[in-house]
Amino acid sequence: MTRKTTNLAEIAGKIKKLAISVAYKTHSHHLGSVLSCLDILTALYFSAMNIDPKNPKKPNRDWFILSKGHAALALYTTLAERGYFDPELLKKFGADGSGLGGHPDKDCLPGVEASTGSLGHGLSVGAGVAWLAKKEKRGNRVFVLLGDGECNEGSVWETAAFAGHHGLDNLVAVVDRNRLQGFGSTDEILKMNLTDRWSAFGWSVKKINGHNLAEIAENLNQLPISPAKPNVFIAETIKGRGIAEWENKLESHYLTLGEEQYKRAISEL
Amino acid sequence: MRNIFIKNLLEAAETNPDLYLITGDLGYRALEPFRDRFPDRFLNAGIAEANMVGLAAGLALSGKRVCVYSIIPFLVFRALEQIRNDIAYQNLDVKIVGPGGGFSYGNQGPSHNTAEDVAIMRALPNMAVLCPGDKTEATLAIKAMLATPGPAYIRLGKAGEKEIYAGTPEFSIGKILPVKSGDDLTLVSTGNIIETALAAAEILEKSGLSVRILSAPSLKPFDEEAVAQAARETKGIFTVEEHGPVGGLGSAVAKILADSDLQNIKFAKFGMADDSCLCIGSQDYLRRQNGLYPEHIAAEILKQFET
Repeated sequence: MTRKTTNLAEIAGKIKKLAISVAYKTHSHHLGSVLSCLDILTALYFSAMNIDPKNPKKPNRDWFILSKGHAALALYTTLAERGYFDPELLKKFGADGSGLGGHPDKDCLPGVEASTGSLGHGLSVGAGVAWLAKKEKRGNRVFVLLGDGECNEGSVWETAAFAGHHGLDNLVAVVDRNRLQGFGSTDEILKMNLTDRWSAFGWSVKKINGHNLAEIAENLNQLPISPAKPNVFIAETIKGRGIAEWENKLESHYLTLGEEQYKRAISEL
Repeated sequence: MRNIFIKNLLEAAETNPDLYLITGDLGYRALEPFRDRFPDRFLNAGIAEANMVGLAAGLALSGKRVCVYSIIPFLVFRALEQIRNDIAYQNLDVKIVGPGGGFSYGNQGPSHNTAEDVAIMRALPNMAVLCPGDKTEATLAIKAMLATPGPAYIRLGKAGEKEIYAGTPEFSIGKILPVKSGDDLTLVSTGNIIETALAAAEILEKSGLSVRILSAPSLKPFDEEAVAQAARETKGIFTVEEHGPVGGLGSAVAKILADSDLQNIKFAKFGMADDSCLCIGSQDYLRRQNGLYPEHIAAEILKQFET
């Protein structure tokens, strides 16, 4: 079911521009995390997923759960560009009383399937949806985006064991492998061989370049990787991708964009 | 009470095809009838409670009504963040079903006893909190819970509860049930320690006091009006519960009295001491250690009426 993917780069550029613009104007944090995963979300929403922005709850849709909820702006801007709602709504990102938090709430905007924010929750919720869909032959697939730091959470591995045991081949995890977490590098803080780990839990594992849109889309359109096994893509990414002085830097998680940075980032796009 | 739960779950599942049961690998010699009758709607998630609650959220987001089952500490405390974020905040149709509570597993040790579950679950938004006192209340509370959408927590006594009602009382979630009328003082009880409250009332009646008894199988929503009315009509309100001093029935009643304009109302709460979970012993022994026995409760109340 490969769809047209030739204009993905153009779409991704528009979403990044929107995300950077919203983050700058609303003085938002976590932009590094947003830019780390926007290419993945673009490939998901514009190539791989069976969705209908005019009918966000259609019964046989594919689900997306942003388990790394701190990248909410990536989800909001992708949904806006995909046509779920007017991008103007994002002017209220983080505003008093807006409902558009830095971590997404279920139904805060059309297309947001589940509330996330505490790490290690999204995969189990997604596994519940996938288990039921498979059992009832509903046809839904469930895509869950996790951070690599998030894989420290024990609950991730409870779900990994469950999904492996039940052979949930309609469950697709994508790990945003930017190699940075709260206080530094993932290798320094809690080193994990993610390929070996996920394999040991019975998942099909594939490494991809998380910024090569054609490669991401091609892989996401050839699912399952192998029958009767859940799927995980370890997507090698760059935190802060597109903002030169923030790339692969921890501060991209915490700092807000200055005017000069903002102008340069937009012009470089 | 867990057998009453399963019996009523089976009945409800016959007419509601969207009713599911997930266990965290507990329920031996209790859950088998559901597993055997509805294998497609039964899931053993393994000893992995955080994932179990997340799975339940996924099923509920897909339109199902889901019961998750494990003993209270493993469910309420281990998976609390999942219960809060995934179930309560998202207002999903998931029932947290916990057998035990208080000293039910007494001699199993501190890990298994619970003095905090009601407080914690009452604090969560959207969460109904149920704590039935006998077999009749258990049946009615379970039936009501399984027929009502939204998050709920039910604390079930372990076994052997006595019947306290002659007939079938009128039950709805959020209402207190009158067990006995009386004019001098009111005992409010929740859970199966109602038996102790009834025995304490007998002693008090022998001392010439007319005792009203209210049972509160529903702790959230809580029937504030029934308590306020008892406070207006009798001279003292005394609470009896197998729960710690923070956030349970006693706290709920104290709040009503504090909010009222009543003065000189007599009040005391009888429950588990702050550190009582650290002791080992049978449920009966631990209740006595905490003053949760009829003679002590009656004596303490009589002191207030003598002065």
